Amino acid sequence: MRYAMAVDTKKCVGCSDCVVACQTENSVPIGFCRDWVVETTDGTYPQLQTEIRSERCNHCVNAPCVRCCPTGASHYAEGGIVLVAHDKCIGCGACIASCPYDARYAHPKGYVDKCTFCEHRIKVGMSPACVAVCPTKCIYFGDLDDANSNVSVVLKKRKHKTLIPEAGTNPQLYFLI
Amino acid sequence: MSSRREFIRISFIGAGVLAVAPGVLKATGVITDPVKAGDLKVDLKRIPTYCEVCFWKCAGWVYKTSEGNIWKIIGNDEDQHCNGRLCPRGTGGVGMYYDADRLKTPLIRTEERGMQVFREASWDEALNLVASKIKDISSKYGPESLALFTHGSGSAYYTNLFKALGTGNIAEPSYAQCRGPRDDAFFATFGEEAYSPEITDIRDTRCLVLIGSHIGENMHNNQVQEMSDAIDKGATIITVDPRFSTAAGKSKFWLPIKPATDIALLLAWIHEIIYNEYYDKKYVEKYCSGFDQLKTHVKDFTPEWAYGITTIKPDLIRKTAKEMGNASPAVIVHPGRHVTWYGDDTQRVRAIAILNALLGSWGRRGGLYRPAKFTVPIVPVPAYKEPVKTWQDIFPGKYPIASAPVTNLLIEASIPDNKPGFPVKGWFVNGTNLILTIPNQANTIKAIQNLDLLVVVDTMPMEITGWADVILPECTYLERYDALRASPHRRPSIALRMPAAEPLNNTKPGYWIARELAIKLGLGDYFPYEKLEDMLDWQLKKIGSSLEEMKRSGVKNFPRDADDLYFTEEEAVEFSTDSGKIELYSAFFEQSGFDPLPKYVPHEEPAEGFYRLIYGRAPMHTFSRTSNNPNLTDLMHENSVWINPRVAKAWGIKQDQYIWLKNQDNVVSDFPVKVRVTERIRWDSVYMVHGFGHAQKQMKRCFGKGASDTQLITKVLTDPIMGGTGMRGNFVTFITEKTGTEVAS
Repeated sequence: MRYAMAVDTKKCVGCSDCVVACQTENSVPIGFCRDWVVETTDGTYPQLQTEIRSERCNHCVNAPCVRCCPTGASHYAEGGIVLVAHDKCIGCGACIASCPYDARYAHPKGYVDKCTFCEHRIKVGMSPACVAVCPTKCIYFGDLDDANSNVSVVLKKRKHKTLIPEAGTNPQLYFLI
Repeated sequence: MSSRREFIRISFIGAGVLAVAPGVLKATGVITDPVKAGDLKVDLKRIPTYCEVCFWKCAGWVYKTSEGNIWKIIGNDEDQHCNGRLCPRGTGGVGMYYDADRLKTPLIRTEERGMQVFREASWDEALNLVASKIKDISSKYGPESLALFTHGSGSAYYTNLFKALGTGNIAEPSYAQCRGPRDDAFFATFGEEAYSPEITDIRDTRCLVLIGSHIGENMHNNQVQEMSDAIDKGATIITVDPRFSTAAGKSKFWLPIKPATDIALLLAWIHEIIYNEYYDKKYVEKYCSGFDQLKTHVKDFTPEWAYGITTIKPDLIRKTAKEMGNASPAVIVHPGRHVTWYGDDTQRVRAIAILNALLGSWGRRGGLYRPAKFTVPIVPVPAYKEPVKTWQDIFPGKYPIASAPVTNLLIEASIPDNKPGFPVKGWFVNGTNLILTIPNQANTIKAIQNLDLLVVVDTMPMEITGWADVILPECTYLERYDALRASPHRRPSIALRMPAAEPLNNTKPGYWIARELAIKLGLGDYFPYEKLEDMLDWQLKKIGSSLEEMKRSGVKNFPRDADDLYFTEEEAVEFSTDSGKIELYSAFFEQSGFDPLPKYVPHEEPAEGFYRLIYGRAPMHTFSRTSNNPNLTDLMHENSVWINPRVAKAWGIKQDQYIWLKNQDNVVSDFPVKVRVTERIRWDSVYMVHGFGHAQKQMKRCFGKGASDTQLITKVLTDPIMGGTGMRGNFVTFITEKTGTEVAS
């Protein structure tokens, strides 16, 4: 089992529904977020191109945050999901510094928090909140070990990329381009 | 009290001592308890609602935590408006409930030590005061001197009340400030409006043409979803916009048009489609009238002619016209929604309607489908008195084709200098922040100074509340029943809204407010049900359902009466126009003294150093009504002004710098606005998102954040056909330093 997510930049409109759905689903305090939207523009008027991406933790196969965590709070869970055990976290912030994607934040309650791929939902057969809410259905989620999963199929069919591949973390958040 | 109203924004007397429910204090603080992994309970109670954050009214479910707090709102899978997916505003609707700055109790304007302030009042006192003032105005000037300005779900109840009072002056800014020109243009052409939600069959289209419509930045939910489906299916999207909008970024063709020249482009497209015979000949022959006149009319409107006006290259005009022709009839030239731009808007949308007719898209798969609406049984009430005078008697002959009361006419009728046919002396304003909705704020305020009564119903202390004599605090949609939603769509359907929580503080649902007021006015018979839910149950039982059933399903879809979503081959269709045909040439317009075919008329251009002010939407906000919502301000807390890099360089303006905007009438924005230097906007225009720059301090999160486009829209280009207020004829320049002025706190 290897969970992965793919975001179709051709369909994403950058509405931030993924952000607010994650915040309400996971009771992320106002002012913080586990996912966010990045928009880039290339060219000069009127020869222009935009790319819109919904970004979050990349659930890397080779995750620097897990490696550097002194207490073992950051760990790999089933399907390669990278999680933080809040009760083991001492809030030292080493993982925040080590993450090339700036995907983690210090929760006001003293631990570090980030995207969990909505592990509590996928356990009961639901999709992550961001996937379920997206009005453009631009986020695909599933098991890469299953050749017929949504995410496997779309990655086979479409040109895609990952962010900062040179960091060598083997990210599992793909962007369809 | 002094006769002039002052805008009250200091504080409400005693507001600080109001009790706030304990659950709310916790929820509006920064920290809320996270839901622990594995905590998800499948048996969580879910409560049906339909959204009130915008007019799309998507149906959803409210989920609560085990402690009973409102947790999240999720779309209803059965709902055609959202297909189980709410937009960011709907998802963030929880913030409307949890907003600590909400209005909490009725307030009455009073004077203390020479200063106008609000004092708290009981509902009984506030409603008694409103009732007595309404009676005074009605007996002194006649019931027509009472006007209702309204928006949203509460409208039905206040409309009932005002009709019972004997006035027909019931106006929605969604007409003259938004959709009016579109609906009247479609009426004139097809004998039918474009409806809400629009009848665009985007999911099956092969070509979607957007003219200033920014789907994706407007989150008109199922349209956004269907545009995404259309992208998947390889449909061609053509976007006409001076700004590289989100939709432009998804388009095969982007036409970066010079603002205010759209009609020239539309005429050139019509020319190409007719003279290259791209149009649907059978359809036009069978259903349309006036083709020959149209053909003659557009003879000289070549792509080369349009190029000189629009700056769009002739080749691109030709290519896109051909693309539409190839896709015909599965093509949509989108009717638009907010279309009050330049004062010739009805004519512009007429050109859009004509294009759709030529391409045979009306009534066809992938074009504009035939909507179906469920008819909810009406509760019998006594007959309404026929108004002796209507809004049409204010300035006889003005806006002859207007199909609904014109807000701005009612405002003009409140200013004695205008010598109206009768004065409008009392305003009842429900759910619309007129100060940020109606252009030319000084005029609105002048009208307010001449009123005997201004009552405002809202959930938030919007700017308009600062001018009110009496403020009636409504509870949010999450705390109330409302009338069944029965909007037109592909299938007839109904949706239920019921309370997910008790009204916070001393707020009340709209139905209760309207009914109590009716009773005090001796009009209780018009509200036969004490409780709205009993009325809903009566209505639902009449149609073989029940409140109990709807509580479990939230939404109920019905089959169409016939399989008639699209015209069938060879179907004889009788259109509701005078001729029974689709009128390419509008005899109706001609009889009313207007051009029967759209013409391009040049508009004023910006002076040296000025830029056309264009405004639009952000996907996470609805006008100004969401700008204090904690969940949504978290996504976007201020607007920015988009400036082309060449312009920014000439002015020495840097990215993220705060500047003030000054318009052609020397009006300077109250607050500074952040600069976004971007290639995505033309050099002759600037762009900003509407609804920011709030001047009302009680809205702590949004006060002073960004600039208000409405404040800068002092010049109004009124559509002579139907009274729409064109708002894109204003020009701004930049002020980089400003002294002695209040800046954002």
